[in-house]
Amino acid sequence: MPTGTLEIKAISAHTGPIPGRGVQREEEVCKYIDVTTCIGCKACEVACVEWNDMPFQQTTFDNTYQTMPATQWNYWNLIRFNEQHRDDGSLMWLMRKDQCMHCEDPGCLRACPADGAIVQYTNGIVDFVQENCIGCQYCVSGCPFDIPKFNSQTKKVYKCTLCSDRVGQGLEPACIKACPTGCLKFGTKTDMRALADARARQLREQSGFANAGVYDPQSIGGTHVIYVLHDATKTEQYGGLPANPVIPPTYTIWKTAAKPIGLLLALLAAPVAFFHYVMEGPKEPQP
Amino acid sequence: MNGAVERFEERARRSVGAHWRTVVREHELLRHPVYTRVLHWTVAIFFILALLSGFAIYSPWLFHALTPLFGGGPMTRMLHPWFSLVFVVAFAFQFLNWLAPMTWTSDDGRWLKSLKGYVTNREAIEPEYVDFFNAGQKVYFWAIVASAVAFLLTGIPMWFPRTFGRITVAIAYVLHDIAALVMLVGFIVHIYEATAAQPGTFRAMTRGTVERRWAWTHHPAWYRRVTGRDPRADYEQARQRAEG
Repeated sequence: MPTGTLEIKAISAHTGPIPGRGVQREEEVCKYIDVTTCIGCKACEVACVEWNDMPFQQTTFDNTYQTMPATQWNYWNLIRFNEQHRDDGSLMWLMRKDQCMHCEDPGCLRACPADGAIVQYTNGIVDFVQENCIGCQYCVSGCPFDIPKFNSQTKKVYKCTLCSDRVGQGLEPACIKACPTGCLKFGTKTDMRALADARARQLREQSGFANAGVYDPQSIGGTHVIYVLHDATKTEQYGGLPANPVIPPTYTIWKTAAKPIGLLLALLAAPVAFFHYVMEGPKEPQP
Repeated sequence: MNGAVERFEERARRSVGAHWRTVVREHELLRHPVYTRVLHWTVAIFFILALLSGFAIYSPWLFHALTPLFGGGPMTRMLHPWFSLVFVVAFAFQFLNWLAPMTWTSDDGRWLKSLKGYVTNREAIEPEYVDFFNAGQKVYFWAIVASAVAFLLTGIPMWFPRTFGRITVAIAYVLHDIAALVMLVGFIVHIYEATAAQPGTFRAMTRGTVERRWAWTHHPAWYRRVTGRDPRADYEQARQRAEG
């Protein structure tokens, strides 16, 4: 768990208090991605692989500039390319940096049945702790963005850490550091949201993108990675960004309420049997 | 006389006949032959292993209590589907073995209507029509059949989530939980009924035999079928003898 000095806010499948909660003063952090100024250079992809010491990957050519079809257990940061034809016949290259969104209400953490395998820091970063991972892949099912990736050799799941090891030491994430256009920025959630709102307004008012907006989906309490989009009404065109990401209710209502209640009701059979014996006695063979 | 000698005692051997090593003495009836008993305990052992390893992952409240039994979280996760697979396969044989006596009849409907009397031990002996299994046992059997099918159909997507997709897994896991809760209730009741609630029952699944008086008490129609005698009359006779 590369926490550095980060304070933990939530722990997967944890009973009892969260150690250290509320003992530090921490700002919520956020990665700002301006899709409109991304040039698709993939410096962020390289920086991610470099910083996290991941083995180099075979790329897949699919007639676009995309490195591979999807992120992998050892490739956490992928620029998704999409050629979009506009109504006037002109072409738009849409490039979205795809990685973990670090949701305020993380579906992976909710789905996880292993104590401490997924943690959320007070600053909003969601981190996988492979040491505690049992390899069940419920997190894959709980994630609306298809981010956690399973390694069948180690039987563990991996994803972007938002460079929690760097952030814990007061550094910005590696991808931010590598970006040559300034389309990636890192700061507090408040600052980044304000910056994104200002940029979206600029796009609407000065650049003719009437539907420009910020992607910070409230269905999962907002995210700690936010996008500025040319057209916030068509999120799907940016490499399948869900308009309204949701955690399956099986990991919210069912897991937090129905499961424990169901178990208690089922276990009630034991005291019922015991008191049946006390009150009615056994049924002996007759006579 | 020790057990090994008893086993080959002449009278016992005669009554054993095709029953392999089930010794049926006087005043006893063969209840479950060796094949049934071996199947039952194979099912039981792997059911319990699957139950414990499953409930370890079921709830955070059980995770730390149950995962050490299997060597930690990753081992629990790895072993659970294999335990379950053996359980399902073993139960499939038991299903075929018991399909005939477990078939639902109109008498079973009658029995369920008088369930309250059964639970409160109202009658000394069971109604005339109760055969090899009563309706309660049949309900448990068919609940296991339904759950085993549900476990298998929902367990496979959870075992290979990438093949089936996230929504399939999210739904499958709820159905898997419900089946597990049903099985947990059934399991608790089953253990109680087979031990403390009905003395003389447990040996049916260990030694394979029951006392004749157990048979006319709990399964009169079966008693009539295998002995050719009237359960009620034999019961009355035994009662008079005991009182007299």
